[in-house]
Amino acid sequence: MTQQQPLLKMQGITKEYFGNRVLTDVSLDLNRGEVLGLVGENGAGKSTLMNILFGMSVITQTGGYAGKVYIDGKEVNFQNPFDALKAGIGMVHQEFSLIPGFTATENILLNGEILHDNIVTKLFGPRLKTLDLPEMRAIAAKSIELLGVEISPDTLVAEMPVGHRQFTELAREIHRPEMKVLVLDEPTAVLTESEAEVLLTSLRRLAATGIAIIFITHRLQEILDICDRIVILRDGQVVKEIATHDTDIGQVAELMVGRSVDTKASTTATYDTQQETVLAVEHLWVDMPGETVRDVSFEVHKGEIFGIGGLAGQGKLGIPNGIMGLCPAGGTVILHGKPIHLDDPAAALAAGMAFVSEDRRGVGLLMEEPLDWNIAFTAMQVQNKFLRPLLGGLIKWRDDRAIRKVTREYIEALEIKCTGVEQPAQELSGGNQQKVCLAKAFAVEPNLLFVSEPTRGIDVGAKALVLKALRRYNSENGTTIVMVSSELEELRSICDRIAIVDEGRVAGILPPAATAKEFGMLMIGKLKNADDKVVSHA
Amino acid sequence: MTRKYGLKDGLSRFFINNAVPIIFIIFIAFAIPISGFSGPYLIQELFIRVGRDSFLVLSLLLPIMAGMGINFGMVLGAMSGQIAIILVLNWGVPGIGGLFLAMAVATPMAVLLGWFSGVVLNKAKGREMVTSMMLGFFISGIYQLIVLYFMGKLIPIHNPVLVLSRGYGIRNALSLLTMRLSLDNLIPLKIAGISIPVATYVMIGLLCLFIWWFGKTKLGHDMRAVGQDMGVSEDSGIKVERTRILAIILSTVLACYGQIVYLQNIGTLNTYNGADQTATFAAAALLIGGASVVSASIPNVFIGVVLFHLMFLVSPMAGKNLMGSAMIGEYFRVFVSYGVIALALALYAWKRLKERERARRSLRGGKES
Repeated sequence: MTQQQPLLKMQGITKEYFGNRVLTDVSLDLNRGEVLGLVGENGAGKSTLMNILFGMSVITQTGGYAGKVYIDGKEVNFQNPFDALKAGIGMVHQEFSLIPGFTATENILLNGEILHDNIVTKLFGPRLKTLDLPEMRAIAAKSIELLGVEISPDTLVAEMPVGHRQFTELAREIHRPEMKVLVLDEPTAVLTESEAEVLLTSLRRLAATGIAIIFITHRLQEILDICDRIVILRDGQVVKEIATHDTDIGQVAELMVGRSVDTKASTTATYDTQQETVLAVEHLWVDMPGETVRDVSFEVHKGEIFGIGGLAGQGKLGIPNGIMGLCPAGGTVILHGKPIHLDDPAAALAAGMAFVSEDRRGVGLLMEEPLDWNIAFTAMQVQNKFLRPLLGGLIKWRDDRAIRKVTREYIEALEIKCTGVEQPAQELSGGNQQKVCLAKAFAVEPNLLFVSEPTRGIDVGAKALVLKALRRYNSENGTTIVMVSSELEELRSICDRIAIVDEGRVAGILPPAATAKEFGMLMIGKLKNADDKVVSHA
Repeated sequence: MTRKYGLKDGLSRFFINNAVPIIFIIFIAFAIPISGFSGPYLIQELFIRVGRDSFLVLSLLLPIMAGMGINFGMVLGAMSGQIAIILVLNWGVPGIGGLFLAMAVATPMAVLLGWFSGVVLNKAKGREMVTSMMLGFFISGIYQLIVLYFMGKLIPIHNPVLVLSRGYGIRNALSLLTMRLSLDNLIPLKIAGISIPVATYVMIGLLCLFIWWFGKTKLGHDMRAVGQDMGVSEDSGIKVERTRILAIILSTVLACYGQIVYLQNIGTLNTYNGADQTATFAAAALLIGGASVVSASIPNVFIGVVLFHLMFLVSPMAGKNLMGSAMIGEYFRVFVSYGVIALALALYAWKRLKERERARRSLRGGKES
């Protein structure tokens, strides 16, 4: 690149949390108009590094950091995000931070509204200035236009599709003229493929105007598509800084993980079609927002790992949520010859089914409780495990010793990184939280286990561990597993059969050895018959 | 993303959204003929009562906008208004001058109490309504201490008419004869035999104008943002806690003026429990007008006040004509107020459930884009 002074320079950044060193001597430079890819597993320190740059309160409240941050050659030490904003650093977070009842304009200019003086202002101060909505709308429209998308500035955020919300958030960051560095944390995670493409184009366009971009994503292909340089973090250290044209996806993935990625566990002999049917589902419908199931029928055999795949929003997630009673559902579900009462999670659990939800934070974990409680919770509530009867069974007492013992076993077996059984679940990284969810389901010792998006939002290394744990649990205990995942490769690496769901219906069931093309055809099968659907996706 | 609902769906939506006012309109439609009141009489009474109560009900709007629910703590404002009125009576300032003096004296007290209330409510985010209600009971205790013991002992009260015969403490009921109707009759106007308290309505009109204008200011805009999502507002640099405190201060001060306007119309001050049910009645009126704990508008205020008072006007007579007893009037007033608040809260929860169901139904049946 050029010889100019770097726009942003982070030097020797070191940070400890709760006695854990999460960043060690990290340095990076960023030039004007450059797109820098920041990759690393969960827990590698990406978020912490960005939190430092952004002056987030988690950093200042946990004792600050060591090292120096320079912007335009001047040392800065942001005490809060507003200092960072003033210095021209913007961040688009993984979760939306938009106000649903406000329009795009109001959100884009939130707390940056164009104001006019009036008579009262002199008396009562600037907060009684009046808003200039037409001017605000013009600024918002300009900002949206810069992104190359079409969103009406007057649309309420609550009424926007997810993709438009992401663009609104981006527009909010770039409308400020002082914007220099834009940090994007997993911006494409919620987007469809076509929306993601538009976003990447927008980013390139932004970079051309001189804004420097730090781009964080798990989708390595996107990094390769748009970044000039890639910085790879592992265990809190920079392992490599490399220009994009000198590398490829395999190398980046390998550097990131530091061990060869081996998800292609060969498929297996445990499955036998002659086995009895464990689960029979007929004409299931499920009202799950965004994942509606219309009419699904399939059978799962004993000891099988049954995969359910398909594009996002086609209904694959609705299947386990409906059967487990978390969403309103109808149809027939027969487990071991007995019908399951739908709409009743307790009945589903009592029947011997367990569910690892895709919604880890909401459904999966008690975030503020320690690990041992999390892991034992369902088993204790549903099966009276880990309880000691006192006074001839009049009172049931929690058996903390047994709970801790089991927890330690699972921490070891699943390689959960934590400070101990007492640590609250919210302090773990995403991948480790997922392992706790698995342990929680395993503790119930289910005869049928539903696993939904087990590797969503976790890194390649943790993915392999999670899949390995599932595979081992299946082969050791003979537990039947139904796994729902958006990642076809993952399903093919572990499942015995894979059903592809399209528009709320099963489009077909294939063996894992089927070609990618066959799977792809099933996923888009319906599209060929109804061309108008394609248009409505755009 | 506009989705067309069928006529049936649209109608049921309308009824769900306006269930409370519709129930009351039906009730009143039956009760008016039974009560046998004449049209002009009802209109005259309504003019008086709407003028008397609207100010108090309007004071509830800002906290709802700021996402803090119904500010039952508005009684704090009402109490500061009452203390000011007692002081002005003691000083012997009559008429409209006394009224405005009372407002001036009450303002700092209301600001202070509002600030205190806001600080407390910031520590009880998500439970503002019940907290503000308890706060009202707490401050009511302090108010009674001041009025019952301090006045005449620590605070010199010269006017013997005000003081209990033992030498300190304020009498149970005070006549506001010198101030009575001083605002209502400031600009006298009679149309077709119906007298209209013009000045009071001008004040109410100005307040509505202020609230409308306030919504367009930075502070009002911030309040809306804070009301919808405190986290996002905080992240974008809006001082959430300060904004919430300001909403409560404004509400308390407006409630204080509202109570003074109310008292000049009534003409007597019920010293010890005059403010007790101010918040309950104001909240009930607002909810009857179709507001919910998360959204309320100026039309809700006036629809609510009209329906609420129509009901109180006609129900005792209707009760007498039906059951032979007018005593159920006051009983009915309290019963309905509390009942309506409970009903509105339950309906709000039910409405949200229905909305979620509708959202789901549209997902299942329709072809989603």
